[in-house]
Amino acid sequence: MKKIIKYIITDILRNKIILSYTAFLLAISFTIFSLEDNSTKGLLSLLNIVLIIVPLISIIFSTIYIYNSAEFIELLVSQPLQRKKIWLGLFTGLAGSFTIAFLIGAGIPIILFEATAVGFMILAVGILLSIIFVAIAMLAAVKIRDKAKGIGVTILLWLYFSLLFDGIVLFLLFQFSDYPIEKPMIGVSMLNPIDIGRILILLKMDVSALMGYTGAVFKDFFGTTAGMITSFLVLAMWMICPLLISLRKFDRKDL
Amino acid sequence: MISATNISKQFGKLKALDNISVTYPAGECIALIGPNGSGKTTFIKSILGMVVPDSGKILFKGKDIAHDCHYRSDIGYMPQIGRYPENMTIGQVLEMMKDIRNHRGSLDDDLVNDFNFKSLLNKRMRTLSGGTRQKVSAALAFMFNPEVLILDEPTAGLDPVASEILKQKIVKEKEKGKLILITSHVLSELDDIVTQVMYMQDGKMIFYKPFDLLQFETGENKLSKAIATIMQQNQFSDIL
Repeated sequence: MKKIIKYIITDILRNKIILSYTAFLLAISFTIFSLEDNSTKGLLSLLNIVLIIVPLISIIFSTIYIYNSAEFIELLVSQPLQRKKIWLGLFTGLAGSFTIAFLIGAGIPIILFEATAVGFMILAVGILLSIIFVAIAMLAAVKIRDKAKGIGVTILLWLYFSLLFDGIVLFLLFQFSDYPIEKPMIGVSMLNPIDIGRILILLKMDVSALMGYTGAVFKDFFGTTAGMITSFLVLAMWMICPLLISLRKFDRKDL
Repeated sequence: MISATNISKQFGKLKALDNISVTYPAGECIALIGPNGSGKTTFIKSILGMVVPDSGKILFKGKDIAHDCHYRSDIGYMPQIGRYPENMTIGQVLEMMKDIRNHRGSLDDDLVNDFNFKSLLNKRMRTLSGGTRQKVSAALAFMFNPEVLILDEPTAGLDPVASEILKQKIVKEKEKGKLILITSHVLSELDDIVTQVMYMQDGKMIFYKPFDLLQFETGENKLSKAIATIMQQNQFSDIL
């Protein structure tokens, strides 16, 4: 499996998208931190980038990469290698490159300008989101044979997680505003890894007062250690479940 | 060496393999023949574990191949259309395969030398013609001295010189007592190699018998003529 990871990472480095992604993150984080005199404002801008750009690049690049490595995967499957190891090697290679890219691109500026609890929370959420969206991309790519359809579906998935889901949540909030729905909202937010990440970071920033009563309920839950552990566990589930399902699918796939 | 029992595989509505049972002993050279879409490649791919059959069992040296991968180190496979990572060079692909196979014992570089890869090692896979890709596939199939060779349309797309080199190589390996499984549309070139003939149609195995028996039954010396005779007989029996 180490050999597979090695070949995947050298291949990813050879096509320069990940390198430009790292450079882009570096440039944008440095710009944000040097533009704002208040570094908390800088973090808030960085938060939006982490929550929108990171999932987008991870999911789309990974999907296209897996479709383009169809030949490589086919070649490996006819060799004395376990299918599980091939698939996990692919996942580790992709997730590893995105983690390193984010650590360099966003990690260095954060450590230089804002080495606080909030900064590290953004770093942790960014890395988790990168890995989660690689896993979701792998599930989509193994389920859908057609490349164009697969890429279309992953774009829709990203749209759903970053825009549509919030729309649905707002709609629910207005429709049921006469009922005490603050607590169920915590459950609903678990259905979207980007939302969990956003709430975790915002609560660390102490701007939850701006969110009214819902903010207070969220603070009650996410502010406690148990709440934090639960939400990180849910994020881990978002990583493990798509990966395991795709692994099972790939194990039985006809090539 | 390889035995398959009641292998069936369905792709949607299409029955690609229909209850195929067959045993290949070591030392034979088997020609897998049939019209396009008769399930030859699907059958080969199920032996390699690339296609997972819906039902049935395949044994390799007496061991079930389902959820196993080590048996594949005894197989050299040359696919019908060799597909390789596009931005690797020939040299890198060869090195990578050596690295992945982790082969102990000597490597067989005959084809690498005969096909004159030395001058091509730095060419990227995406710039190669179909024939050169076939040569890469062939070189890789023979490189690790496997006990079983599975060749899917080995000479399709090769020029006559390369085709002859490959044929000589197959004869040489056959003499070492290896099991060789070949599918081909160009039947004439199989004549002097083949010992057994397996004929497939619509996912079913129509017959599997020694070549000399087939020659005797049809009264034809050439494989192509013998098969043609059989196909005509089949059509007549369909009409009747």
